[in-house]
Amino acid sequence: MATSAIGVIFSNMHEENVPELVRRRTMASIPYGGRYRIIDFALSNMVNSGITTVGLMTSNNYRSLIDHIGSGKDWDLARKDGGLILLPPFSERHDKLYSTRLEALSSLRGFLYRRNEKYVVLTDCDGVMRLDIADVIATHERKNADITMVTHHGKVGHRADFILLTADETDRVREIKLSPHLAEGQTADIYINMMIINRQFLLNLVEDSVTHGFSSFEGDILIKQIDSLKIYRYDFQGYYAGIDSVAAYYKHNMELLKKTVRDELFGARDIYTKVRDSAPSKYSESAIVKNSLISDGCEIEGVVENSILFRGVKVGKGAIVRNSIIMQDNIIGQNATLDCVITDKNVVISDRKALGGCATLPYYIPKGTRL
Amino acid sequence: MQRKKECVAMLLAGGQGSRLFALTTNVAKPAVAFGAKYRIIDFPLSNCINSGIDTVGVLTQYQPLILNEYIGNGQPWDLDRTYGGVHILSPYQAKTNSSWYEGTANAIYQNLHFMKMYNPEYVLVLSGDHIYKMDYAAMLKAHKDTGADCTIAAINVPLSEASRFGILNVNPDGEIYQFEEKPKAPKSTLASMGIYVFSAKKLFKYLEADDANPNSSKDFGKDVLPAMLNAGEKMYSYRFEGYWKDVGTIASLWEANMDLLGDDPKFDVSDKSWKIHSRNPLAPPEHIGENGVVKNSMIALGCEIDGVVENSILGSNVIVEKGATVKDSVVLANSVIKANANVSYSIIDENVTIGKAAKIGVEKDASAEIVVLGRGLTVDDGVTVSEGQKHEQDIKA
Repeated sequence: MATSAIGVIFSNMHEENVPELVRRRTMASIPYGGRYRIIDFALSNMVNSGITTVGLMTSNNYRSLIDHIGSGKDWDLARKDGGLILLPPFSERHDKLYSTRLEALSSLRGFLYRRNEKYVVLTDCDGVMRLDIADVIATHERKNADITMVTHHGKVGHRADFILLTADETDRVREIKLSPHLAEGQTADIYINMMIINRQFLLNLVEDSVTHGFSSFEGDILIKQIDSLKIYRYDFQGYYAGIDSVAAYYKHNMELLKKTVRDELFGARDIYTKVRDSAPSKYSESAIVKNSLISDGCEIEGVVENSILFRGVKVGKGAIVRNSIIMQDNIIGQNATLDCVITDKNVVISDRKALGGCATLPYYIPKGTRL
Repeated sequence: MQRKKECVAMLLAGGQGSRLFALTTNVAKPAVAFGAKYRIIDFPLSNCINSGIDTVGVLTQYQPLILNEYIGNGQPWDLDRTYGGVHILSPYQAKTNSSWYEGTANAIYQNLHFMKMYNPEYVLVLSGDHIYKMDYAAMLKAHKDTGADCTIAAINVPLSEASRFGILNVNPDGEIYQFEEKPKAPKSTLASMGIYVFSAKKLFKYLEADDANPNSSKDFGKDVLPAMLNAGEKMYSYRFEGYWKDVGTIASLWEANMDLLGDDPKFDVSDKSWKIHSRNPLAPPEHIGENGVVKNSMIALGCEIDGVVENSILGSNVIVEKGATVKDSVVLANSVIKANANVSYSIIDENVTIGKAAKIGVEKDASAEIVVLGRGLTVDDGVTVSEGQKHEQDIKA
């Protein structure tokens, strides 16, 4: 299935929502769901929709992202024409370094000019979902839209930087609001930071904004020109996990323990990720594992309940891990006890230590900590 | 300067493996699954790349589809090299003749042109039937140090099994003075592992002579190696001390799988200094459910386990439903064990469905025999399959 679209992924947007998790990495490379990084979902959605050229915008802390992505071969994106193209900061004339989306798009012009696909799929990495982008593009074509913005109906959550859309019965967007005040728990059509836009049209918009000295893509372009632009929304009704706080990160990871969520996200077994050639996980005679996701390379001798173990985690004899997210290559010592904890990569918890948080405020232990 | 490779590996992967019954009906033996996520051929291929040998010819003949598909361009083993890499070598038709590979030596002989393309000093001959980790570079070094024309990797086997192997009788320095193929009364317990390093020119010479000999069965063990020894070529053994297992029978395949289990396993695949590479399944982490009990087992990605799994090896995406029990068994990828079914002492091939409350095999004991259920078959609800049975077709109620 060939799609006349290229993808552009913004790997650093919304990092202010999860400062702990992005201290030494990008939003895109936050580990998720036992063996993935958040970007795997966006990349897999693109690849599964026939997109074979993806530009990856990075502005800072992108070493872990490059390490994860490599040549792109694990996503079948190591290609002669297109493939995965890393777009680190690049500046000429008065371009600034990606501090706003418009600046980022501005420096993307060269990349966009050189391609000849009709559409561009722009997406951030603050959401986890399985979305058929080909269907979004088909809808975009059918409506003859300039821009199609993907929305999801739900609660706003904790984020400060969200966009609400109001559309008419034809799905034409009539109003765009930036972070309006909403009552606690109120639901709305939230823009989930993915849009389809005609490539040439995007180039024209960006050129135009540069010459007019605009600074905000949403404020100066989308909102001000809402009547002249044909902006449509695409309502995504599937499972969507917005990662807009550490608590949301924890909550959505834990949702993967439900079969319905797993089936929806992984049912077709087509979420790609970096291959590490770990051995299969090993459960010893003393292992007791209940309602947990366990990745390859784990060695379990203790108790694991309602938890997610990333690749290469070792849980010692007598250790108890409950309601926790244990990232790659952690070592949990004998008789240690963890409850509602997120341990980042390469953490070592020594024997008999006890640590705990609560579901709404999980205790986060930074990368490489030795306790 | 002409480009060359110091050493080219030739991997004999054409064997049918008829003693594996239903497991090799549709796949060549080297493509048989092992250790939850691997296939047998992952071991020699990983050994090659870990030993710095990046040019490998894989000789296929029997049921090559799944094997070829699995190897692909060799990328999972880092064998997608611009110069060298992995090459599938199937029998072919030539202007004056065309023939199937007739024996191990003939298979290599028919691919002389492939080896010569790389102008190698040495040729490493491997087979795709064994589970082991071995540094071929160390063996190659020994070959150079002794100045041998042929070096044969050898391992000590129990005397009771020695007559199943090619036995090497050697001097204290390792030089071979006699070679006995499957002797009734073995003089030593030093068995050939079917791993040979040849100095390339000698190999080419003896292969050509062997092909011209109408009385030869075109086999390395029976013809080429004895011919070299009789002609006075320098032949050495290379002692291997590690784990090495021929997985040519149902019992040995089962045992080798079980050797991965335990806190101090006989064979360790998690050793990061000698990674076993493989083509990885696309699957999320495995999920152990509320009712799941997993003890002393190895589980691959994508499994959903809500039953009891003990002393077993489960391939990717296997489902064990609530109330089901899997014990002392090997279950390959994508199989489903439905609620309350009971699987003991069995090898269940890929894509098998075992119906509700079906009973497969018996509790493992010294006299029990292993059940084998072939690829893709379905066992109806409530059916009993008694010990030692081997099935390739659906089993109806």
